[in-house]
Amino acid sequence: MTNDEISEFIKQAIDENRVMLFMKGTPNQPACGFSARTAGALNALGVQYAALDILPDPRIREELSGLSGWPTIPQLFVNQELVGGSDIVMEMFESGELAELLGVEQPEETLEAEPEPEPVQRPIGLENRLD
Amino acid sequence: MPTPAELQERIRAALPGADVTVDDLTGGGDHFRAEIVSDRFEGLSRIQQHKLVYDVFGQEIGGAIHALSIKTSTPGATP
Repeated sequence: MTNDEISEFIKQAIDENRVMLFMKGTPNQPACGFSARTAGALNALGVQYAALDILPDPRIREELSGLSGWPTIPQLFVNQELVGGSDIVMEMFESGELAELLGVEQPEETLEAEPEPEPVQRPIGLENRLD
Repeated sequence: MPTPAELQERIRAALPGADVTVDDLTGGGDHFRAEIVSDRFEGLSRIQQHKLVYDVFGQEIGGAIHALSIKTSTPGATP
């Protein structure tokens, strides 16, 4: 794959998925605490999302950061717009803004560092087309 | 290896008048947490606020500075 193809692939992923998470590892097996917390927040809200592991090829991260202007991973996009990395997502989760943005109910218990063990674990990889 | 004091200085230099606290989260000199209160953030989205801070370090984020966790606020905002 050329860098341009990777960039195209990333753009397509953002375009085709209302809630698109770029992370290290997968929602089931996150490879970094920041990615784990971000996926955990989405799981706790029970929203459908697509996730892409950026680790398999370092160029994914380079191209993604080039597109978004955001240097770190994870990166959450909602409706084709960058919402933020784990700090912003967690702040918004705890304040209820994330639930509002995604159009879901805020769960009664606010999760701390640990992701909820049970909730929806559908999304892995991009084959999982959601809409 | 960057120190919290060094990061703190650089953020202060870029955002004059800001109240900046930087902690080394792991003691390893690569995972940092920065809390910044600045009136420069007034009227900006969170994304824009965090980008202002990331921009201070450019390519070092993800390099020498493996992780920089950021919390931004304005002097008027409730914490």
